[in-house]
This record gives sequence, C-alpha cells and structure tokens, in this order.
Amino acid sequence: MSAKALSHIRICDFTGQLAGAGATKWLSAFGAEVIRIEDPVKQGTWDVLRNMPPFVDERRGPDLGGGFNNHNVEKLGIALNLRTERGRELVAEIVEKSDVVCENFAYGVMERWGLGYERLVEIKPDIIYVSNCGFGHTGPYHTYKTWGPIVQAISGLTFTSGLPDQPPAGWGYSYMDHTGGYYMAMAILLALFHRARTGQGQWVDMSCTEAGATLTGPAILDYTVNGRRTRRPGQPHSNRNEWPAMAPHGIYPARGEDRWLAIACRNDEDWRALARVADQGWSEVEHFRALDGRVARQDELDSLVAKWTADRDDFETAARLREAGVPAGAVQRPAERIDHDPNTAEWGLWPTVHHSKMGDVRVDGMPVHFSETDWEMQRGGPCCGEHTEQVLSGLLGMQPDEIERLREEGVL
Amino acid sequence: MTAGPSDATLENGALAGVRVVELASEMGALAGKLMADMGADVILVEPPGGDPSRNYPPFLDDEPGPDRSLFWWHYQTSKRGIVLDLEEPGDRARFTRLVASADVLLECEAPDRLSSLGLDYPDLSADHPELILVSITGFGRNAPRRDEPFTDLTLLANGGPAWSCGYDDHSLPPIRGGGNQGYQTACHYAFLSALTALLHREVSGRGQHIDVNAFAATNVTTEMASYHWLVAQGTVQRQTGRHAQEQPTMEAQMQCADGRWLTTGFPPRRPEELRWMHDWMVELGVVEEFPEAVFLEQGAQLEAPLDISKIGVDDQTTVIFGAAREGMVFLASKVPAYELFVRAQDVGISVGIIYSPDEVLEDRHFVERGFPVQVEHPELGRSFTYPGAPYKFEKSPWHIARRAPALGEHDAEVWAELEALE
Repeated sequence: MSAKALSHIRICDFTGQLAGAGATKWLSAFGAEVIRIEDPVKQGTWDVLRNMPPFVDERRGPDLGGGFNNHNVEKLGIALNLRTERGRELVAEIVEKSDVVCENFAYGVMERWGLGYERLVEIKPDIIYVSNCGFGHTGPYHTYKTWGPIVQAISGLTFTSGLPDQPPAGWGYSYMDHTGGYYMAMAILLALFHRARTGQGQWVDMSCTEAGATLTGPAILDYTVNGRRTRRPGQPHSNRNEWPAMAPHGIYPARGEDRWLAIACRNDEDWRALARVADQGWSEVEHFRALDGRVARQDELDSLVAKWTADRDDFETAARLREAGVPAGAVQRPAERIDHDPNTAEWGLWPTVHHSKMGDVRVDGMPVHFSETDWEMQRGGPCCGEHTEQVLSGLLGMQPDEIERLREEGVL
Repeated sequence: MTAGPSDATLENGALAGVRVVELASEMGALAGKLMADMGADVILVEPPGGDPSRNYPPFLDDEPGPDRSLFWWHYQTSKRGIVLDLEEPGDRARFTRLVASADVLLECEAPDRLSSLGLDYPDLSADHPELILVSITGFGRNAPRRDEPFTDLTLLANGGPAWSCGYDDHSLPPIRGGGNQGYQTACHYAFLSALTALLHREVSGRGQHIDVNAFAATNVTTEMASYHWLVAQGTVQRQTGRHAQEQPTMEAQMQCADGRWLTTGFPPRRPEELRWMHDWMVELGVVEEFPEAVFLEQGAQLEAPLDISKIGVDDQTTVIFGAAREGMVFLASKVPAYELFVRAQDVGISVGIIYSPDEVLEDRHFVERGFPVQVEHPELGRSFTYPGAPYKFEKSPWHIARRAPALGEHDAEVWAELEALE
C-alpha cells in the first residue's frame, strides 16, 4: 500500500510553460515520479518561463524564473542532448521504464527527434502518449501556433468575457493554459485507468482549443437548437447572469482607488435582504419586487446599487451583505486573498517549497484535500539537469565514470 | 466490482465499469458529465420536483419546461436519472443501498447536510471502504468561511480571477468571464481528484473522502497574479484583452474590416513575415495608404529576425518593429478577421480570431476533427448538435451515450438492476 496516491506512476515529461507543466504538477504533487527531459545546450529554455520574472532577488538566469518554479514543484529534472545519438538512446531507455510520455510542443517536434508515437510504441508497447497543442495533430490548422490568449480567442472564451459596446475584455491571464493543463492531466489519468483495467496503452491527441470550446456549452446549444447567436446587441454582459436570471448581479464600485465588490441576488429573498441592508427605500419600489421587473430594469437597478456602494468600504459592505444571506465579496487583490484571507491560509493553499538556488519560496498549492493520500509540495522546481546523475544511476543503473564520460562528450 | 452500464456503446470509454452516484447540483454537474462522457455509469439523484437547474434558460424554442432547458441538456449528458427524497427514511435507506454499489459519490451539498442525514463519509464507508466520496463546497468542508453564501460571480470576484480581467480603463469594473467558469474550475479539480483516487484504489483497494474547495480552485487558477505576489510581492493590473501585468503592455487586439476582432501574439519580426505584410498590402492596392511600408521593405532585406532586445536602442530595429505592429493593425482594417487569421498563421505569425461560441462550431478545424456531435432526443424525434470531446482518445473514446435524463426516467431500471445485483 502506498502513502501517496500516484507513487506507482512514472512520467517521462517533455512539457513546458503552464499548459503542459501544470498537468504534470498535479501528478507530482500526488507522488508520481515526473522526470522532466530538458536540453543542456539551451539550459532548458525551450520552457521560456525558466528565464522569466518574477525573481526572488536581483539574480537572473534559467534556474531562477518564479513561474517555472511554481509549475514544476516535486519534479525531477534531467538534461539530455537529443541532437546526439546517445542522448536519444538514453531517452528511449527512460521511456521504456515510464508509464506515460507527455508533451505540449508545436506539432512535429517529437517526430523530428525520432520520438513520434509509432517509435514510442516500439520502445514500450503499452506506453501512454499524451500530446497537447492548440489545434491537435490533425486538421487544417495543426501547424498553427498558439498560446493561451489565442486558444481562448478561438474557443469562444474571450468573446464571452466583457461588456456590451466594448472590445472583448477576455481573460487577463492564460485561463486555457491552466485549464488545458487540467484537461491534459485528466487525459493522462484516464489513459492510466484504462491501461490498469485493460492493459492497453494509447495516444491521446489533445487540442487545447477543443477543450476550451466545451466550456461554453449552453451558449452553443442556444445556437444549434434555437438558432440564437451570441454575437448580438447587448452581448456579452458577463458580470450579469442570464442562466439563471439574477438581478441585481454585478461588480460595483466601492470607496477608494480601483476598489470593487460583487453582489449576486439569487432570488427575491436575497433582494429583500439587500434592500434591508442598504436601507434606501428599494423595498418600496413596486417594479423591483419580482425578478422579471428587476431584470427588465437592470440598468436602472445597477446604477442605484452602484450609487449606494460607491462611497462604502468593499470588505465591510460585502461582509454585511453575507451576514444577511446575500452572496457578496470584495474583488480581492492578490495580497488580500493570499496574505489576509483566513480561508486560503488555513487551507494551506500557499505551501513553501525549497528550491536549490532560490531558497524557500511560496507556490500555488492544490484546492483539494484527500483524507488518505493528500498532495505534498516540498521540493522546488528542478534546476536544469539537477537530477541527471540521480536518474541515470538510480533508474538506468549507470556508473559514475560512464556519466562523467557522457558529460565530457556533451550528451548531458 | 459494479455492474456495467446498460448501454453497450459505453463499454469503450476509459471509465467503463465505474459507477458514480451524483447528487444533482448546478455547481458539480460538469464533474459528473466529465465522468459520464468517458463511460462511467453516472446515476444522477434528484429530489422530488427535480433539480432547480432543470428550469434554467435557455429553453428549447424558448418555452420553459423541466425537460426543455438547454443548460440542463448540456451538463447532464450520458447520465441516468432517479428521484430520491433524502429527507425521508425509506429513501435514505435506498440511497445507502445504491451507494454501496458505487465506486464514487459526487456531491455539492452544504457542509453539514450529509452528516445531519447520517449519510456522510464515516456512515457510508463503514461497510464500503472502497468508496470514494468527492465533496465540492464553496469554501471547503471545514474552512473558516464554510457557511458563507456564494455564486459563481462572487467566487470569481473574491477568489482572484476578476481582479485580472477587464479593461485598460479602470473606471470600468473588473470582469467575470462568462460561462460559470468558477464552478467549472471546481469541477475540473473534482474530476482530477476522483481519477487520482480511483488509480490509488486500483493499487491499495481503499477509497477516501476528498474535500474540493471552489474558492481555493479559483485562487490557484490566476496564473501570474498569484505567483508575482508569492515570489516578489508584485501586483498585476488588468489590461484590455491581454495579460494583467505589473506594467502596462502593448495593445493585443485589433478590429478587422468585418467588425470582428483578432488577438495577436508577438508582432511579426522575421524577414519573410515582413515581406509577406508588404506584398499583401501591394496586392490589396493599399500600400500607398501606409507610409511605413518602406520600413517593412527594409526589414524584408534583413538576414536575421529583428533582435527585440534592440528595440528602443537601435533606430532601424525600432522603426521596423513599429512598422510591423502598425502594419498588422492597418491590414486588419482592410480585410475580414478570418482571412487575416489564416493568412498570417500560414506564414507563421501567431494570431487568433475571437469567435463567439456558436461560430466555433462552424470553423473548419472543429468540423474536420469531428468536434460537433449529434445527440438523439427520441421523444422529440430529433437530434441536435452538441459540443464534442475535450480530448481525442485513440482507444477509449469520449462519447455522449444519451441525452440528459427526464425526471425519474431510470427509476425502475436502476432499482431492478440493483436487485439483480444484490
């Protein structure tokens, strides 16, 4: 019996950035042995986050990127020069001892290294291969380049975030790098489960734009069933809620510079509670009593609510509303939700890991707890090649002098 | 260990042979759908009168009705449906029997509800230690804010995402992205958790209880906003249609001649890309309207891509780079968005068209890869097009086995199966 949920699983990991590394972060947090394969010549910088801010101090370099550390905790890192024949042989040996090979390169990169799916199956017949790129490995756009914001644009998620008569607001971060990583991890786990039950390995061809396009389902059906397109006057208005209709429902200004709070009245009872807390005579207004009336006059209602909230404290007002039973919350800034919200601190949501060069750094933890085999994060992301010797000797049984010779030959 | 699903087509899915009992809820419905569409036998338990989200718009032909909600249709595919009143002792006993036949129980009840009914993990697992219970709550089962009311909006506003989304103009509010993405993010973590616990159970034989915290899920789905603070106490600021950053960055979206928008990656900087821009302007007969075209021609003569570290340092690099940026905006004003998207991508420039959800289904990529799928609604004598697979499995495919269940549709079938099994 294992103390960690996935300690019986080994991953030969070619992923990078968040869309790939985020997937294997879940696996390593639950005890899978995740071995990142990186390039010694470019010091692993095919993952651009290795070199990118934030940094803990004035030092810079491919081992010091804060985002890379965040996404690669608990993984092992080895450096293998795949331009050399010996480097490719060593990768094949690692594949042979792995359960999964995964990557999120552009289409064709793995084939160029002689590591396409057909070759992987020759090395290990029941291997699981999961590829994640913007448009997958087939179809008319499979050579097109994407990153998070492009995936979000193509899949309908950028369009559905914003206000009427404004450009799309979209997502102010790579929502589909996070979420693409979640779907990639699901694909890996599903394929592992299928193999556990049937003995079969397989290739999962993930197109991140397709994963994204599953996330606006009711809007898609409104078109395919009712013929109603989302591109129409008054749309999008994503701080409001149509399905189900709620009003008032929005993000309203509060006292101070760029301070805001969200309020959602789910039903008439919430509306009466809001009116009671606000004490502005709203409960006397006949046409606001029922949902239909509030929805029909939502612009008017929003301006009344905004006028009331505008010179009030965001946290205090939201707390008063919640006490009255109305869902509400300040638009928290990073410092507020990370350092001052008891609900993240007591959860252990920001664990401190130890990185060989950066020292102790806090990272994103997991929003789940398992009663028996919970996640753990202690070791920071690997420096480039940090575990090369450990993996070559421990996993492949190589001797120190042989490893030294490979280093001199430029294989490592 | 459990009876297989009754529909033979499910047997290929990766979760064939896994039985899930799901207590119906708006928040957790996607987690159940993700399991059901991969072949798990998901039995959806609704209270008498049905789950409230049966009555969410939009409706088939805009006529309300508990079996006409497209919201319900989308989130409940491939599931079977039964009705149980957990307030009633006889139904509680039946629920316990049903759970005894299941691998996973998925629920989003208020933190104390199952224990008050005598149906929490200790009660259900006493005789069934293989059970995996996945509980999704707004703030965690035992967390300080556990009893606070919430909706998708307040989770996304209070948990971080909204701070990063919106416009350069900060007199406009932060924006919640559409489509219940807060609830859906919690469901992604719930599904990952269930799969991880199932894999562990294959080795250990033991189940466990998993506490999924939706507020925490939104907190760790904010990319740079969190780790810029965690690592260097930096605060990102929202910017129109692009990453929130500590400092303002260049605009990333362009409106095209047909009114639709594109989002760009990095502006063109390779000589062949600059040549392409110039030549297309010539072909369109508009090059005279763009005086900076001369710099595109200069750039096209270069031996190597522009060195972006020299922008603002080297005059030639700076003007060529500026012309490349402005040139894309100029081209956008002359051609429809789709044409610019494919023409630019064909020469290797990363841009993306901003589609509305309905336009996605009509795009060549999605059509050629079989993303739109048909789902039969036998009682209507029609089939409808649904969004398809989030991932393409070679051997254990994603598949919608049936449309969402009517209220209590599988009552007789499920209990007859269970009796046969017992």
